[in-house]
Amino acid sequence: MKILVCISKTPDTTAKITFTDNNTKFNEQGIQFIINPSDEWYALVRALELKEKSGGTVTLISVGGAAYDPVIRKALALGAEDAVRINADSSDSYFVALQIAGFAKDGGYDLIMTGKETIDYNGAGVGGMIAGIMGLPFISLATKLETDGKGEAEFHREIEGGEEICAVKLPVVISCTKGMAEQRIPNMRGIMAARTKPLKVVEPVEAEKLTEIISFELPEAKTGIKTIEADNVEELVRLLHEEAKVI
Amino acid sequence: MSVLIFADQHEGRIRKAAFEAVNYGAKLAAQTGVTATAVALGTCSDEDLKLLGNYGAVKVLHDPNQLLDQFDPSVYAKALLQAADGENAQIIIFSHNFNGKAIAPLISAKLKAGWVAGALALPDNSDGFVVKKSVFSGKAFARVKVLSDKKIISVNPNSFPVEKSGNQAEVTAFNANVQESDFRIKVKSTETLSGSVPLPEADIIVSGGRGLKGPENWGMIEDLAKALGAATACSRPVADAGWRPHHEHVGQTGITVRPNLYIAVGISGAIQHLAGVNGSKNIVVINKDPEAPFFKAADYGIVGDAFEVVPKLTAAVKAFKEKQH
Ligand SMILES: Cc1cc2nc3c(=O)[nH]c(=O)nc-3n(C[C@H](O)[C@H](O)[C@H](O)COP(=O)(O)OP(=O)(O)OC[C@H]3O[C@@H](n4cnc5c(N)ncnc54)[C@H](O)[C@@H]3O)c2cc1C
Ligand SMILES: Nc1ncnc2c1ncn2[C@@H]1O[C@H](COP(=O)(O)O)[C@@H](O)[C@H]1O
Repeated sequence: MKILVCISKTPDTTAKITFTDNNTKFNEQGIQFIINPSDEWYALVRALELKEKSGGTVTLISVGGAAYDPVIRKALALGAEDAVRINADSSDSYFVALQIAGFAKDGGYDLIMTGKETIDYNGAGVGGMIAGIMGLPFISLATKLETDGKGEAEFHREIEGGEEICAVKLPVVISCTKGMAEQRIPNMRGIMAARTKPLKVVEPVEAEKLTEIISFELPEAKTGIKTIEADNVEELVRLLHEEAKVI
Repeated sequence: MSVLIFADQHEGRIRKAAFEAVNYGAKLAAQTGVTATAVALGTCSDEDLKLLGNYGAVKVLHDPNQLLDQFDPSVYAKALLQAADGENAQIIIFSHNFNGKAIAPLISAKLKAGWVAGALALPDNSDGFVVKKSVFSGKAFARVKVLSDKKIISVNPNSFPVEKSGNQAEVTAFNANVQESDFRIKVKSTETLSGSVPLPEADIIVSGGRGLKGPENWGMIEDLAKALGAATACSRPVADAGWRPHHEHVGQTGITVRPNLYIAVGISGAIQHLAGVNGSKNIVVINKDPEAPFFKAADYGIVGDAFEVVPKLTAAVKAFKEKQH
């Protein structure tokens, strides 16, 4: 089985978010970048498990500048064969999806896997757009995935307030969320091997952008907390009713 | 011309989030002087279809084709594209829920229509078409400009004030050209947690963390949730340990929620947890440690032992609700 895993980079989850240039740019000063958690913990680890079970290859793909390379190497250390970086700015989901679809179209991939969403721009869009561009079925928010080795897959997906079990013929595009796999820690051998694994850099194809972020803002800080004594819960109920008007 | 709104239904009932999306679409249509047309696919209650009028839909297209009771996003996209074409829609609105997130990107790719995922407000048209959305998992907001002629917006559940009227919608039959052979995803079984409120739609959420010590203590969380008509949620380590199902995990790497009231019990308030809940309109924190970081993000706080406070609070809520009746 040939698997393509889409890897994006995001600021570390503890990063303090600030902006520069009159609130038009994310301030990368001092920020540590990590593999987007759902790409790493769910999509990539499940891809590796499927490969370990039934053979095949796992290729990583990222759309981004050279700053992506350390993050791609970290992902390679977990066990993929090779990686491709499409050397372009990744600010628009459609642009990113077109690049990945362009690369994947002649690759004969059985599975194209993405994370649920990036935790920085929260687009949740790239996977579905790849499916739309390539005309493949789209499995959104999968929590389990099994393949039978004969070109069929069974998966579980999240629905509001529950879960569905479904079947589909490969190839498909699948976005992965919690439940799919457990986080893995790369070992020393993996880290050493990752240094020499192929990381091919290719130039983007001509493509349009459909959206653009024009400015950012931070939420207003809370104005202050009201503390209620532990033996006076009736007061909390009163405040929630009369002041907050939520019950 | 119209603004087309996908009215998402589940087991024949229009979802709450879909009513919100319809209301958003109707206000947008009114801004630009076009028709607000809602589309419902699959078996759906007549009463709910008419109710869409109360939320501002002028026209409701309904395709009762039972094939559409199974959800394959590609087939839904195909049907909605036909509706959009028939109505000459330049803007298509979804709820930013599980189904909306599955269909919107497919349509975006087909129409080359820029998509704002998780809108928090109506578009600002003063300089192009600009929509506010949440980024960095709730740690910030961005204003996103849509550059394409056709546009897609998915509306964050619980983020937009809904206004109802007594208006009725005209329900029109719509026969999308979809066949059995279009369905490539076959649904084998569905498990719904009956009676519970889906987290992203919940007005009130009671959430528990590691401070509860073990899954056997969740009864008191469920009791409080039941007394309030709330959904239940949890922190990440609680889901990781298997104390609660994965779909209850909220936070930066879980579900983002924006209820009117979020009650956090025995949760420390790590930055990754806060990111997914800090859009809540009111936050109550119950924690025995007065230094717990969550108190900084709270509107109301009780410093105390959850095992004493929560049952008392449940009793007080019940007493209050009884008095109201
Ligand atoms: C990459 C990454 C992503 C993450 N994503 C998420 C995420 O999406 N969501 C998330 O929740 N976490 C996430 N985390 C984990 C996060 O950093 C915290 O570890 C986690 O939120 C802590 O969970 P907790 O508050 O339940 O447990 P703890 O931090 O152990 O806190 C327990 C709290 O309970 C209180 N307590 C104990 N006993 C009682 C009692 N009897 N009565 C009242 N209070 C009591 C304690 O004072 C303490 O404040 C992530 C971490 C990383 C590294
Ligand atoms: N620049 C990128 N390069 C490769 N994959 C990406 C990129 N951006 C997003 N993805 C993938 O698409 C998923 C959804 O991203 P998004 O639509 O940005 O929320 C992510 O979890 C990744 O798997």
